[in-house]
Amino acid sequence: MAELANPVHQPSSFLRRYIFSQDHKVIGIQYLITAMFMGIVGGLLAMLMRIQLAWPGQNMPLLSKLFPDGMAGGVMKPEFYLSLITMHGTIMIFFVVSLALVGGFGNFLIPLQIGARDMAFPFLNMLSFWTIVPGCLIMMGSFFVEGGAAASGWTAYPPLSAVRSAVPGSNWGQTWWIVGMALFIISFTMGGLNFVTTILDQRTKGMSMMRMPLVVWALFIASVIGLLTFPALLAAAILLLFDRHFGTSFYLPSGLYFGNHLLPNKGGTPLLWQHLFWFLGHPEVYVLILPALGITLDLLPVFTRKPVFGYRMTIYCLYAIAILSMIVWGHHMYVSGMSPYVGEFFAIGTLSITLPSTIIGVNMIASLWGGSLRFPAPMLFVIGVIVFFGTGGFGGLFLGNATSDIQLHDTYFVVGHFHLMIGGITLLAAFAAVYYWFPKMFGRMMSDRLAKLHFWLTFPTFYALFLVMHYQGLAGMPRRYYAFDKYEFLSGMVKSQVHISLVAFVLGAAQFIFLFNFFWSIFRGAKAEPNPWNAATLEWTTASPPPHGNWGEELPEVHRWPYDYSVPGAASDCTPQTVPPGIAPVAM
Amino acid sequence: MEITAAAQPANWDGGVSPFGIGWSKLMMWLFIVSDGLVFAGFLAIYGFIRLASPDWPDRSRMFHLDFIALMTFTLISSSATMATAVAAAREGNRKTVLRFLLLTVLGGCAFLGMQAYEWTGLIREGAGLGSNPWGAPLFGACFFVLTGFHGSHVLSGVIVLAMTAVRSRMGMARAEGVELAGLYWHFVDLVWVFIFTLFYLI
Amino acid sequence: MENRASYRVAGKCLAITVWLIGLGVIASGSRRWLPSLASEHGAGIDVMIRFTMAAAGAMILTGHMVLGFFLWRFGSQNKISFRLASHRMERAWSVAAVLVMAVVAEGGVLVLGMPVWAKVFASAAPSSALTVEVTTEQFAWNVRYAGPDGKFGRTSPQLISLDNPLGVDPKDDSAKDDIVDLNIIHVVVNRPVKVRLRSKDVIHSFFLPNLRVKQDSMPGMTIDLWFVPNKTGTFELACAELCGFGHYEMRGILIVMTPEDFEKWLLEKKNG
Ligand code: HEA
Ligand code: HEA
Ligand code: CUA
Ligand SMILES: [Cu+2]
Repeated sequence: MAELANPVHQPSSFLRRYIFSQDHKVIGIQYLITAMFMGIVGGLLAMLMRIQLAWPGQNMPLLSKLFPDGMAGGVMKPEFYLSLITMHGTIMIFFVVSLALVGGFGNFLIPLQIGARDMAFPFLNMLSFWTIVPGCLIMMGSFFVEGGAAASGWTAYPPLSAVRSAVPGSNWGQTWWIVGMALFIISFTMGGLNFVTTILDQRTKGMSMMRMPLVVWALFIASVIGLLTFPALLAAAILLLFDRHFGTSFYLPSGLYFGNHLLPNKGGTPLLWQHLFWFLGHPEVYVLILPALGITLDLLPVFTRKPVFGYRMTIYCLYAIAILSMIVWGHHMYVSGMSPYVGEFFAIGTLSITLPSTIIGVNMIASLWGGSLRFPAPMLFVIGVIVFFGTGGFGGLFLGNATSDIQLHDTYFVVGHFHLMIGGITLLAAFAAVYYWFPKMFGRMMSDRLAKLHFWLTFPTFYALFLVMHYQGLAGMPRRYYAFDKYEFLSGMVKSQVHISLVAFVLGAAQFIFLFNFFWSIFRGAKAEPNPWNAATLEWTTASPPPHGNWGEELPEVHRWPYDYSVPGAASDCTPQTVPPGIAPVAM
Repeated sequence: MEITAAAQPANWDGGVSPFGIGWSKLMMWLFIVSDGLVFAGFLAIYGFIRLASPDWPDRSRMFHLDFIALMTFTLISSSATMATAVAAAREGNRKTVLRFLLLTVLGGCAFLGMQAYEWTGLIREGAGLGSNPWGAPLFGACFFVLTGFHGSHVLSGVIVLAMTAVRSRMGMARAEGVELAGLYWHFVDLVWVFIFTLFYLI
Repeated sequence: MENRASYRVAGKCLAITVWLIGLGVIASGSRRWLPSLASEHGAGIDVMIRFTMAAAGAMILTGHMVLGFFLWRFGSQNKISFRLASHRMERAWSVAAVLVMAVVAEGGVLVLGMPVWAKVFASAAPSSALTVEVTTEQFAWNVRYAGPDGKFGRTSPQLISLDNPLGVDPKDDSAKDDIVDLNIIHVVVNRPVKVRLRSKDVIHSFFLPNLRVKQDSMPGMTIDLWFVPNKTGTFELACAELCGFGHYEMRGILIVMTPEDFEKWLLEKKNG
């Protein structure tokens, strides 16, 4: 590469180049690898949970070495199971999916796809990564503090999370949880500021907003949602910390009675936390799914050789989802004791969010229509996303409807719904994205064979696993139960638990194929061509991996939208964004 | 860049900043919005609690409103000195910048001092995070958390301003740096106006 | 493309999988999953759930069929058959999607859901209702009836002790005839039941799967709910909100009796 016009020199020391790097590409990869590591942790926690659910009280002497308290004598204690679900949910949502999709691909893709040399504020970017690392360590470390990790669910409802004697995990574990979450919020606020500024300010010449790839659009809107809603949780978490350690009672009413003691608190209400938590918690799920849908919509044209269906409509729908997502948080609280009239308002609002979502769903399916489909591994995962979006989303119809949610709230129906959504869609999209952009990251291809094996072991198993949970939920099976042997009406369910767990083990094991493929291909993968998928977006016009500063002396200039595939009269079936109108017609 | 240019669609076409400002200022604005939302969150919580508590104390009995007014006045005057410093920085008048930055820092410190005085007074009379001799105990919690959170912002503002002053003394501060510090300071003052109104007056 | 043949195979495999999934969802969804019904308003909730199942089932089936068809059909063509849909076509599809969804989702909640919801949550219990106070604690249900005078004795958290788990004020006369019980609720068939739900420590949730009743008990609040059991028998009461390590074994029992049996039980309770 020629000397850069900008005086951005590649730092030479290993430390500055790979560890404390300010290069968005390195930071993106750092995020991804951290997410993979946390994914293993979160997945192993899930496996422990599945062991307990299928074979309650199983003796596992090996584990008692790692968790001498929670697994004393090799048998899992109920409170340890609660710690497991809490940390599984928290880690998966905040430290796996958020890190991979927003931190990882957001950082890697945004500057490359809008033609910038880096993020607006590279130092802040590095800082945001190095804030999340202690967050991860604190979360995992909380398993080893007195009382074990937080045990009040990822939703941390007080009084369970506020009164230290309410549950063992509410001892120091809960405090560590709050600190970890605070670090996460601070890190993502820094990242979000960077994303929004970069997208608004650093687009290269000709890259108007309506020429941005949909994944950048999705990341942009997701960052805006995040910036608007994370502050509420930060405020709420600070108050929870005060309630726990400094004697305030924001969330604690008078007359609480624990273990033969009357607590001195007065005046607060636990409902306050629920409102604040879900004001963040609900939009957060869209923060995660929008990038996943953006990735899907971005990959579809590459593997159908025709533009996406309804580009503009999709963007309007992203906006609509962003706005609606902030006024529907109450659908998690239909039976919490808030006013029933408010409940009905939230039901109508929640169901209106299905309207833009359906348009996006229809657009994804219609994008296949008339195309010339190709099926390398990323495309398989993309199809998986569409299927999950259908089933998981229609599950939302039952839950959003306050009347049926009376029966389904806090049952496995909810667990099934959100695993398809927040687990399935986001993970499949992340896998698709890794397989697709891997050549850009490392200049090598991942093994397509192993990737396909990974798909066929992941997609059907994931679907089977979490579809069954919907039916268990219809039968009334409550979630967050350590065991189901105490109830007669659940006796029919106990058997299916074993099947579910066996499927879950296959699913968990299959992920190691992916991990192996990833790390093996970094060093041994076949060398990639500069544009292996024949794609039109900007990142494929530079070298793989791109040099420091992304582009040579001059920034590229953009002349068309990102989906000019099969343009009539063009030389090839893919016209990159940088091709001027004189050479190939602009045919949007 | 002129302001009129911002209206033209060409500004969104890439290659230029659509708002005609640099990214650092844009980012400062965005940061202020999200920090403002943290305060909005706290104030919303405060509103919720207040509506839910029957025995909200009578503020005129527990606060000396004339003293609070003096605090408010100090803080707002420091906004004015800050504005002068920013204007001077644009003109490149280093001496005035330094002088008015120091005045602003002084104003901020005075405010913090008065807040500390007010706090000690209230604490001596028995108020605290979990107690309040004048009625609903949550009043104490809200008061100390909210004004404390604001105070910590003032403190960090003072530190930023002091650093800017030192840098401008050494000739390292750019006009934009002073301007950004100024934006933050005005924001902190503006938040106080809300707290003052919602907490002490209404 | 040299890989065309392999893409054709992949497209067909995927298409068949997607079709099978669609059919599988419908086949398993058509089984009876809901626990047997034992309350009046529960019928309305079941109608709501069945309607959504039918509508979502139809959409899932259609979606999977269409998706599978596209995979099958377009997985084997070398050239695209058309490039851009017209803006009009895009708009038309969006409007169609929105209309279908609006009818299914909003229509469902407004027409079928709202009346049931209003009856369950936004209406007062009839005056003939039997009032039961249920106070939750880690990990038990404290049940109390007002007794013949129809009045509950005053309670105060200050008076709670091991022998007085509810903190009933012994000086209050209306407390004398109160009947207390643990984890077992007795009610009368076809007579409305009004539950006054309170909590001593954390949030629990009063969940009667067969009666389609679920309501969180919130410390600091007294929440009233009512329902009409319309089958005699013994039904399980589960706690549906995470409340601590005993959450999974916080089991209660609801016994729905004939009026005669209930009177007999009351007598026994008073004498015993
Ligand atoms: C990424 C995450 C994600 C997404 C996108 C969604 C999307 C939706 N969610 Fe979900 N939800 C969660 C994650 C998510 N949810 C989580 C994590 C929880 C549990 C939290 C907890 O308690 O722990 C939860 C819980 C939850 C509840 C609370 C349940 C309860 O506790 O009682 C409700 C209630 O209204 C709800 C509703 C909805 C609705 C209406 C949508 C809608 O946006 C869905 C709209 C989508 C569609 C309507 C699909 C359209 C698709 C097509 C048209 C394509 C069709 C194609 C084929 C069939 C092939 N969700
Ligand atoms: C993203 C979210 C996510 C994901 C992926 C998963 C994955 C899994 N979860 Fe999930 N789960 C939650 C989020 C998630 N979960 C949440 C929020 C809760 C609620 C907690 C609460 O109640 O408080 C929950 C609760 C929950 C329960 C209910 C517990 C209860 O209520 O008692 C169960 C029960 O079986 C379960 C099982 C599983 C299983 C078997 C998997 C398997 O799919 C796991 C297999 C492992 C993987 C698929 C991970 C592989 C990933 C990588 C290796 C990283 C890849 C990285 C890149 C691509 C960069 N989970
Ligand atoms: Cu009580 Cu769960
Ligand atoms: Cu939600």
